[in-house]
Amino acid sequence: MAKLPDSGMVERRGAGLWITHAGLILGVLVIFFPIWLAFVASTVSQPEIVRPPMPLLPGDQFLENYRKALVSGINAPVALMLLNSAIMAIGISLGKIVISLLSAFAIVYFRFPGRRLFFWLIFLTLMLPVEVRIVPTYEVVAGFGMLNSYSGLIFPLIASATATFLFRQFFMTVPDELAEAARVDGARPMRFFWDILLPMSRTNIAALFVILFIYGWNQYLWPLLITTDPSMNTIVMGIKQMFPSGDDVADWPVIMATSILAMLPPVIIVVSMQKLFIRGLVDSEK
Amino acid sequence: MEKRVTFKGWLLPLLLLLPQVIITAVFFFYPAGQAIYQSLFIPDPFGLSMRFVGLGNFEFLLSDPYYRASFVTTAVFSILVTVVSMGAALYLAVLADRLIKGSGTYRTLLIWPYAVAPAVAGVLWMFMFNTRVGVVSWYLGLLGYDWNHVLNEGEAMGLVVVASAWGRVSYNFLFFLAGLQAIPRSVIEAAAIDGAHFWTRFRTIVFPLLSPTTFFLLVVNIVYAFFETFGVIHTITAGGPQQATTILVYKVYADGFVGQDLGSSAAQSVILLLVVGLLTIIQFKFIERRVHY
Repeated sequence: MAKLPDSGMVERRGAGLWITHAGLILGVLVIFFPIWLAFVASTVSQPEIVRPPMPLLPGDQFLENYRKALVSGINAPVALMLLNSAIMAIGISLGKIVISLLSAFAIVYFRFPGRRLFFWLIFLTLMLPVEVRIVPTYEVVAGFGMLNSYSGLIFPLIASATATFLFRQFFMTVPDELAEAARVDGARPMRFFWDILLPMSRTNIAALFVILFIYGWNQYLWPLLITTDPSMNTIVMGIKQMFPSGDDVADWPVIMATSILAMLPPVIIVVSMQKLFIRGLVDSEK
Repeated sequence: MEKRVTFKGWLLPLLLLLPQVIITAVFFFYPAGQAIYQSLFIPDPFGLSMRFVGLGNFEFLLSDPYYRASFVTTAVFSILVTVVSMGAALYLAVLADRLIKGSGTYRTLLIWPYAVAPAVAGVLWMFMFNTRVGVVSWYLGLLGYDWNHVLNEGEAMGLVVVASAWGRVSYNFLFFLAGLQAIPRSVIEAAAIDGAHFWTRFRTIVFPLLSPTTFFLLVVNIVYAFFETFGVIHTITAGGPQQATTILVYKVYADGFVGQDLGSSAAQSVILLLVVGLLTIIQFKFIERRVHY
């Protein structure tokens, strides 16, 4: 290297820069391709798909396919499945945030008998993902009569060691002077929690909400087990149910329209709240 | 680390903990206990009574060629998913890191597949490679390659691996890019002045400095491949052909819900509990270390 550029000698310029861009664009195209195909398939008619190769550019059946999916669907209207997914995702994220805020507050700001024990009990739930305990958890939920219900979809997924640890971590960084001042002023613990701790945690709560919403929205195995009634299906698990059993031909345009609808809400959230999303991701893996 | 300033009282904190403790006890510890208990019994064919068999279910499982095959399948699957998704992400992150400006745009374009559910990813890839209507399989046919993942075990494995790795690239990309950007420019520029070319710099400086990120992602991706890919397998292959893609989590589901073999399914749950426990310990050991970096 005889002549060094003035700045950024490690970064690429000229031909190298274009090769770098080409490499990245290639990656982006490969990542996008499956989505593009799904979108195209959701805008053409069934005969265009079942006589391969299907077109690679969008057709004119967009409104027709999406209307058909949303209003009638195959087993249940997709609009209803979207609603179910939204209730489940919001229920799981709010539930996790509320119970984790409360328990983190208790563990950080109080000394009481059994504190360590509770801490470890919560920690242990990290080791019990729902995939590992499906049959007995199913039996518990069935015993409560919570099959095909929102509470059955939400409650078993609500306990979260990750969220509790995240809030615990954050509370530890809150200056002691604030709690001290609150105590001197004679404020009750819950006053301190509401007026000081909660407003300070706003960004953390928002970042966590983004991550948890995606987690809840994308659940598959659990809704598959406990929602046998099509009107309770969530959209992510409902897609697979739209395929006919046996040798019948699947209604591809409607199924692909449903797939696009299923990924739209979480994708919009990730892209529009990118900063919060990245923060939540990094925080929750700490 | 402990707070110096705390509030008095013991009733209030217990009440605050109550919701989480109840949920955890009812939906986590009780079912886990049930799994351990049921793993020691075999229900009679009519489901009326249970016969105690001690570790019989485990002995049977560990000598069952299908279960052993499922272990191997899981190992192959997890390693492939981890290598493919991390390899692709590292390649993209290294490229994005070379840009002075514009890496933010690529980040936006690359992160959103994270939001696509594994089950939806499964449907998309299954559509592309569908033996009747799939675009990719049709063009492969033109090239003289007869793609059929419904019958061919290797192709089935390849497809579930790619579909599982696809959405995961975003996640790995984010962490790799952050890791790369945290490496001090001066170190790399010093090497460049000494005449080290890109590949030498990458091998001797960048990759070693990136190792905490790499190790962290390795563990997280293996956990992902083990437990969160059920949707991909269920939508694309349903464990087939001939159980070629039946990973452990899928087998718990297939034996417990489809096969109704509760004793065996419970024993499998217990074995998975041990696997998660081990992975969690590895993860935390590492995070302990990461704090000191």
